[in-house]
Amino acid sequence: MSAFFSYLVHGVAVGCGFALIASGLIIIYRVTRVVNLAQGMFAVLAGLTAASLLDAGLPHGLAELSATLTAAAAGVLLGLVAIGKRGTSPEASLIVSLGVGIFGYALEILIWGDQPRSFAGFSGLVAIAGLELPKQYLLIVAVTVVVFGALEVFFEHTYLGKALTACASNPGAARLVGIDVTRMGLVGFALGGALGGIAGVALTPLTPVSYDSDMPLFVNGFAAAILAGLRQPMLALAGGIALGVAEAMVAGYAKPSYQSSLALLLAITILVAQAARRSNLRAAEQ
Amino acid sequence: MIDVDDVVVRYGTALALDRVSLKVAAGEMVALIGANGAGKSTLLKALSGVVPTASGSISIRGCFAHVPEGRQLFPDLSVDDNLRLGAFRAANRDTQWIYELMPELDRVRKRRADSLSGGQQQMVAIGRGLMARPDVIAIDEMSLGLAPKIVQSLARQLSLLNRERGLGVLLVEQSARLALSLCGKAYVLETGRVVAEGPSRELVNSHFVVSAYLGSPLEERA
Repeated sequence: MSAFFSYLVHGVAVGCGFALIASGLIIIYRVTRVVNLAQGMFAVLAGLTAASLLDAGLPHGLAELSATLTAAAAGVLLGLVAIGKRGTSPEASLIVSLGVGIFGYALEILIWGDQPRSFAGFSGLVAIAGLELPKQYLLIVAVTVVVFGALEVFFEHTYLGKALTACASNPGAARLVGIDVTRMGLVGFALGGALGGIAGVALTPLTPVSYDSDMPLFVNGFAAAILAGLRQPMLALAGGIALGVAEAMVAGYAKPSYQSSLALLLAITILVAQAARRSNLRAAEQ
Repeated sequence: MIDVDDVVVRYGTALALDRVSLKVAAGEMVALIGANGAGKSTLLKALSGVVPTASGSISIRGCFAHVPEGRQLFPDLSVDDNLRLGAFRAANRDTQWIYELMPELDRVRKRRADSLSGGQQQMVAIGRGLMARPDVIAIDEMSLGLAPKIVQSLARQLSLLNRERGLGVLLVEQSARLALSLCGKAYVLETGRVVAEGPSRELVNSHFVVSAYLGSPLEERA
């Protein structure tokens, strides 16, 4: 396999992980208007939990599922703290999520120490159309496709999905029709936690995680999420993959240390462009 | 069905409702009229539990639905989704009866709510309220920003629901003409207090109501 193709495949797989983190951010934001700064924590928590469970002898599949459910439960707990009190503003909840993320550091060091941990994913290669592709990469892509397909069906074709969208678009009206907006917000946080968890168990075999891996994961997920306007998971999928591939190319052809700056640069560029666009719109309205 | 007794609502130090009492019996159509800032919407919010009461009591027997001012739809969902979400607490989420009641909505059922005209949006808002199968529905400023023809059509539909299904209606309106011609009983609210109440046919002949809200007697307009 050529170097270019190798970087490409690696980038797509890692980008799928970024997209999963981004989709969790988007769902929490869509339902609660909260930018969850602890989104990377879910991935780290799931990655470390899966590594421990596998070490303890749990089989693959069950360990990853348990780790994902743990991340979902962490999402509910974070949601309770961040939005549980009625009337908490999204800005206050954002700060709460940052605080919980930092608290998560302490908890993770207490349980797992400060050294990176990983676990073996699928080993070996699969030959497709004359190309030999790592099985773990294909698994990540397949899981991502299934998850995003399920999200699309959930939000577009289920009553609960519509109710979650209603909470995001008009919380006051949602309350009037009897929807418990706080409970729906907790469902959003649980989904966000699970999506972060899936990203964590998918990426940990590729890149070992430690307590402080959450911030690079968050920055990459956030860049993909704002590329999608914090609204469209499918756009975040494209954004995450593009970012993953771009970072893999930069790491491969330039310096690996540059790749983490790419997401930050992209995020800042998008935020500045959006702020400028909003400012222009306001000026035009006046 | 709705029994509001001596209710006081405050926004900080401001008194929004001052010992307001109001009754809506089963199958009754009641109007609540008053100028901007009189406290009409606050009373509906208190009925829905959106704003807390400082004192007094509110008792609602049966299912209550609130159609808020400004329609307050879910803009990025379709008409059909908006209607179905109105039945969030109800067992039956079939929207067909709403389309039979408001055929104009049938042809736009797949369209996003924010792409509709004002009249269509008001129909969706009322339809969403009706989807809860309420015993009484409170509608805030039904006529606001709508053409007279559309308002007449909505009024006819409400009267029909009242006659045929026994739906109780609390109609909150700035348009006193519409409210008094549609409802059998009315309350007049000014700066948070009920200043007049009684059968609509008596209020339309009251000098106070004519001079403050109608400008000319109702019969003259017809």
